[in-house]
Amino acid sequence: MQASVIVFPGSNCDRDVAVCLEAATGKKPNMVWHGNSDLPDSDVIVLPGGFSYGDYLRCGSMAANSPIMKEVVLKAQKGTAVLGICNGFQVLTECGLLPGVLMQNADLNFVCRNTRLIVDNNTTPFTGLYQQGEEVVIPVAHNEGNYFADDETLDELSGEGRIVLSYAPEDNPNGACKNIAGICDASGRVLGMMPHPERRAETALGGEDGKRMFTGLVEALS
Amino acid sequence: MTEDRTPPGTAHINDTEITPEIVAEHGLKPDEYEKVVAHMGRTPNMTELGVFSVMWSEHCSYKSSRKWLKKLPVSGPQVIQGPGENAGVIDIGDGDAAVFKMESHNHPSFIEPYQGAATGVGGIMRDVFTMGARPVANMNALRFGDPSHPKTRHLVAGVVHGIGGYGNCIGVPTVGGEVNFDSCYNGNILVNAMCVGLARTDKIFYAAATGIGAPVVYVGSKTGRDGIHGATMASAEFDDASEEKRPTVQVGDPFTEKLLLEACQELMASDAIIAIQDMGAAGLTSSSVEMADKGGVGIVLDLDKVPCRETHMTGYEMLLSESQERMLMVLKPGRESEAEAIFLRWGLDFAVVGSLTDTGRMVVHHEGRMIADMPLEPLADGAPEYDRPYTPTPLAPHIDPSQVDDTNITDALKTLMGCSEIASRRWIYEQYDSMVMGDTLAGPGGDAALVRVHGTKKALAISTDVTPRYCLAQPVEGGKQAVAEAYRNISATGATPLAITNCLNFGNPERPEIMGQFVECLEGMGAACEALDFPVVSGNVSLYNETNGQGINPTPAIGGVGLIEDYEKAVGNAFTQSNQYIFVLGKTEGHLGSSLYQRFILQDDAIYAPPSVDLELERKHGEFVRDLIDAGIVNAVHDISDGGLLVAVAEMCLPHNVGCHIDDDNTAKFWFGEDQGRYVMVGDDADKILAQANASGLTLTYLGKTGGTELTIAERVHISVEELHAIHENWLPDYMKTV
Repeated sequence: MQASVIVFPGSNCDRDVAVCLEAATGKKPNMVWHGNSDLPDSDVIVLPGGFSYGDYLRCGSMAANSPIMKEVVLKAQKGTAVLGICNGFQVLTECGLLPGVLMQNADLNFVCRNTRLIVDNNTTPFTGLYQQGEEVVIPVAHNEGNYFADDETLDELSGEGRIVLSYAPEDNPNGACKNIAGICDASGRVLGMMPHPERRAETALGGEDGKRMFTGLVEALS
Repeated sequence: MTEDRTPPGTAHINDTEITPEIVAEHGLKPDEYEKVVAHMGRTPNMTELGVFSVMWSEHCSYKSSRKWLKKLPVSGPQVIQGPGENAGVIDIGDGDAAVFKMESHNHPSFIEPYQGAATGVGGIMRDVFTMGARPVANMNALRFGDPSHPKTRHLVAGVVHGIGGYGNCIGVPTVGGEVNFDSCYNGNILVNAMCVGLARTDKIFYAAATGIGAPVVYVGSKTGRDGIHGATMASAEFDDASEEKRPTVQVGDPFTEKLLLEACQELMASDAIIAIQDMGAAGLTSSSVEMADKGGVGIVLDLDKVPCRETHMTGYEMLLSESQERMLMVLKPGRESEAEAIFLRWGLDFAVVGSLTDTGRMVVHHEGRMIADMPLEPLADGAPEYDRPYTPTPLAPHIDPSQVDDTNITDALKTLMGCSEIASRRWIYEQYDSMVMGDTLAGPGGDAALVRVHGTKKALAISTDVTPRYCLAQPVEGGKQAVAEAYRNISATGATPLAITNCLNFGNPERPEIMGQFVECLEGMGAACEALDFPVVSGNVSLYNETNGQGINPTPAIGGVGLIEDYEKAVGNAFTQSNQYIFVLGKTEGHLGSSLYQRFILQDDAIYAPPSVDLELERKHGEFVRDLIDAGIVNAVHDISDGGLLVAVAEMCLPHNVGCHIDDDNTAKFWFGEDQGRYVMVGDDADKILAQANASGLTLTYLGKTGGTELTIAERVHISVEELHAIHENWLPDYMKTV
């Protein structure tokens, strides 16, 4: 499996996720600069966490309009798997690959801590190694993770099994609708999630619950 | 100086006549001005006066403190670079180096807490990455006023948002710190930021500029009018009118700093850079003076080339601006275009603004005229050095132990666990990204943070410490204790303490009793550094921390760094399993003077002698603890500090909800005394631990065993861990919620 990580100015989890991808695939991922308009052939494209363009206009909105994103959208439409983590999730909603919006956290504070997550859909290429309904621990670190969409969209998401990850009800760190932590598109091949699986992919960092997302991708896509 | 925004063609700022009032506005004393005139050989013009005033400010020149700083131990086999550069550098083996420093941003943070704290973090990170290091961890040491003071809540919220806003965005984890609340900081909070970076020992960059004719290059953000005279502001006392100085607080842009960091790292991978210096306090002035002076050369600057974001800036303003996210570097001739390409790709400004000369002078041109021509040596090293008069701090009496009531151990423990000094800092540290970069092995909440050296088995242990109430009561012991506590916190993880940075926050040095505190704290620190092989490699002095004549408690914050070769051997500070044996290392005499028990239980605000520090024993205990951790004999260690033994034990119960039973009852003095040099240790093999202690001739006391859901002492004390947890966790969020 070949992975590509898009690097925007202000991305700061690009190296972290590259480390996990390399550990899972045995190959260095392509690090692709935002200004490029060519995307090398890849099985999965990762939009990493961080503060693309400083998040100065609205989180992810500048990045969604950068040259490389035209390619990412085209590839996604053709079925390439895309994983957006944290700021990457915000970029995916801004570029229209995923519905809804990530608002500022309900308590108006940045939050960095472990959260308990429920795997609501284990049929995506990202979650195949988790049990349906399994509770895992993966940390969040964001100021704008409060997922919001209108009722119709929310019904559609839950009706179609597109809520892939949700916070345990008493552990919602940001006020997200339906405790949403991660959603996918209709094909199941584009996943946006606020929690950072790359931060919990080895025991020295507290646990390996996040690691299965990367090893699972390799199983699903190789 | 806003009236000086003269459009070109009208009266020039340098045409203004220098009057005694103008000299005073620049913070120079009349005799200091006389020295300026003598060095210049003539009357300086306004621009030159401005440059002298910032370079000779307390903040830049250390004129009151230099004499005493020179006495601190600064060397050791592990030291690659001691004080005097942008940051200190120590050898951590295998060609790796740790680069670190701590710095204050007190005055700006009081005036504008968000930007003040944010730019404090930005500034210290630049100091570290200027040396060629990639920042890997941020820490902070914060002191706020009494919780009941009307401003405290607003300042806590603003400072925490500012630190998070900057560090989170640039993507360097904030892994720990310390917070105190005390009325002495009501009008003058302390915001001390520390940054630790990693570099290769053969790729360290220094500030000394060499090579006559080599280009002087400006990179980063554009220059604006923000922060003009920030260094001078940081060198004066505050009064009620100080908040009008808001325009002198700089505004931070962490996104630009992230780009600057990446661009500098990219250029540093080549060999194009001769010297590099960040534009911090006193901006372009101090960076060019320091680079040229350290290299023993001269410098000529053309301000017309400086990228500006405001129009009609005078040369005076450009030289003194403290706009953030800027660097000055000297490149090898001919390498300009290669460097320029890197900075332009990162969307940053790049301009050749001058060159090195052999004159030993700084010459500045602007709009077709020479606006300054000054000898460099007196600017950098010629600042007056003061041997300020000082009076010894009177000896504090010992507390009268007969006041102590032994009947209410349970209540006292609950009060202390929920007091402002001990309550959980979770509300603060969860607003900091403590995990980005994927190497934080132990984040906030431990004795010391542990950050892995990327791709290796090694980890750095980092801790910030000082107990200002001890320093107030007896500065020599307080100074020793601050260093010893950093040593202890690092040792408690299993890491070997290697070196410290410091941030020395004091009141007005022109008052002999304040100067006495300074001198005595440094005496204590120096003795501890010497005895513990824990030299000072960088630091910062912040004086004049006073508002309306009320000085802060002496607060020499210490940032300690240690190394563990195999992080898998490191231990935490919490009970993790039942049926383990709990021991206390070190003698418990029950010293209550200057303790939190005195403040919160006895509610006695008199000044009593703090616990003393036995440095020889401190070292033995540290070595013993590290040996036991290395041998895998103990699996949790916690140093005993604020609140004493029982608070330490209670803290160990909380993270994993594991209770304990202590066999023997004792007095309040025993449970809450703050005797130094002690650790709580936990392990499975009691005999082995005892045998090791006996062999080393150290005092080790068996306390009891872990397990259950309560903390119990004999038949007297029963507190559920759940209740302790609630008390400990709730204070800060409840406080921040109250309006």
